[in-house]
Amino acid sequence: MKEILTLNQLSLSFGGLAAVSNLDLTLTEGELVGLIGPNGAGKTTVFNLLTGVYPPSSGTIEFHRGEAVHKLGGMKPHAICRAGVGRTFQNIRLFRTLSVLDNVMIAQAQRMRYGLVPSFLHTPKHKRTEQKIREESMELLRIMDLADKAGELAQNMSYGEQRRLEIARAMATQPVLLLLDEPAAGMNPAETAQLTELISWLRKEFTLTILLIEHDMSLVMNICERIYVLDHGLLIASGTASKIQHNPAVITAYLGEEVGDA
Amino acid sequence: MNTRFPSWLIKVVALLMTYLIVFALISAGAIDDYVLITMVTICINIILATSLNLITGFTGQFSLGHAGFMAIGAYTTALITMRFPSIWAFLGGVLLGAIIAAIVGFLIGLPTLRLRGDYLAIATLGMAEIIRVLLLNFEFTNGAAGLSGIPRNVDWTWLFVFTAGSVLLISNFLKSIPGRDLIAIREDEIAASSIGINAVRAKTLAFVVGAFFGGLAGGLYSAYFYFIKPDLFGFLKSIDILIIVVLGGLGSLSGSVIAAILLALISTWLQDFPEMRMIIYGLILVVIMVFRPQGLLGDRELSMDTFKRIVPRRRKGTS
Ligand SMILES: Nc1ncnc2c1ncn2[C@@H]1O[C@H](COP(=O)(O)OP(=O)(O)OP(=O)(O)O)[C@@H](O)[C@H]1O
Ligand SMILES: [Mg+2]
Repeated sequence: MKEILTLNQLSLSFGGLAAVSNLDLTLTEGELVGLIGPNGAGKTTVFNLLTGVYPPSSGTIEFHRGEAVHKLGGMKPHAICRAGVGRTFQNIRLFRTLSVLDNVMIAQAQRMRYGLVPSFLHTPKHKRTEQKIREESMELLRIMDLADKAGELAQNMSYGEQRRLEIARAMATQPVLLLLDEPAAGMNPAETAQLTELISWLRKEFTLTILLIEHDMSLVMNICERIYVLDHGLLIASGTASKIQHNPAVITAYLGEEVGDA
Repeated sequence: MNTRFPSWLIKVVALLMTYLIVFALISAGAIDDYVLITMVTICINIILATSLNLITGFTGQFSLGHAGFMAIGAYTTALITMRFPSIWAFLGGVLLGAIIAAIVGFLIGLPTLRLRGDYLAIATLGMAEIIRVLLLNFEFTNGAAGLSGIPRNVDWTWLFVFTAGSVLLISNFLKSIPGRDLIAIREDEIAASSIGINAVRAKTLAFVVGAFFGGLAGGLYSAYFYFIKPDLFGFLKSIDILIIVVLGGLGSLSGSVIAAILLALISTWLQDFPEMRMIIYGLILVVIMVFRPQGLLGDRELSMDTFKRIVPRRRKGTS
């Protein structure tokens, strides 16, 4: 199997706080991998490094796509997205006052741009492209079971729907690597089960590689083939779910809190 | 309001009617020069406010320098038409003024749009002040005395064409991919970047487009009012435009149009009370902002749907 993502000694400090220290992590194509750890372990910071929100203090991030190798460490967020990395956010970041459909259409449109003249004059080219964007976005909403909410404002959706909409928006950019930051947070068990199935299905249907942060252990243990465990910015364990569950370092790290809940 | 007619047709008919009715009234002498001046002010303010709304309301970039772009357009048009007093020179001058304003917008936007909030506001304020001071000191702009005897090339027809055209173009732009990108950035810049939007580029584009129409409005101003001087385009003018935008609603083009009309009517009416004028004007602004802090229309647009929603309800009630 081919490697798609390679982190090499990746570090980031905020002032004196080492949020991520010397992290080595690799993903191979098509894997679904979990990234877990107690609160403040540095999980979200890893995503922010991967998507260019922060440049790393040191270390490298290599993203392989076909023959191309993108060094994500020095790239801007929009360029990283265009290279094929999509993400969702722990504290949901939707375009709140826009409709559900607009949220997806804006993402979908990024691959089908037209010039300024069609934008100002609404030429036939504008109409054709808009039509296409709309259709493809509706298709995505159907997949995500949000089609009947297309016209509603994003901010009026339920918590679970907002999380699904964020995934739909990320998928609209056609990523090959998808980063999900606590996709089940705030969901009830039934919703979580549904989401678990959806994530597995998406991965197969779109041949995605997925890295997933999650506190809900049932979800993680269910679908992740491998798991990385962070604590205080350090990698303390990695391996299969069963191996991780019995790792003494992991148990100690989680002892302060209840496992499977946060 | 019949649903069998497409809404664009209703819009075209409504625009044509407005144009023809006013044209007829002017020809018949029912609209005198004094009323016409108010109408010119309204139209120019509509262009200024909608173009600033694009920058501040839709993209979320707080700009305090819109009068600077207006000044560039006004001086360009004036200098050209004073030398070549033809209608083509007027049209070319307005266009050139708008283009120069857009270029200045680009040059200033590129470095400053990385700044956020208050910093950007101060940077744009500084930009407009620099333009004003340059105009004060250049020889060819005739310094503080300004330029007078600018040929009047603007009549109702041109005014209408430019105003309706500007609002239509800005409105179309906002309903296109680059326009929606701007709204996405306003809503959440980090999320917008994460789906592939180049935020710096998009914000610069908003600034350039806004500056273009600001310059265009300035060109119309000098081609109607005979006389311009740098102080007409100072900080207070930028604030005046911002007031229209905030009052109408950040993120609502129709709000800007309505507020431009409303404020012009209020200040015309207040001219009968010269001593009390600024006090009453200020009080009205305070009252509106207290009761509608989001502006008259918030971030919504007045559309055919709005009428459809209101009209049938009334009909049911009365019949
Ligand atoms: N922008 C920032 N500035 C300063 N410190 C930060 C910043 N972002 C994160 N941190 C700190 O870095 C550490 C790691 O934070 P991070 O959000 O990555 O944790 P996490 O593993 O995602 O935790 P949680 O499970 O609560 O989401 C925390 O101590 C946090 O306070
Ligand atoms: Mg987190």
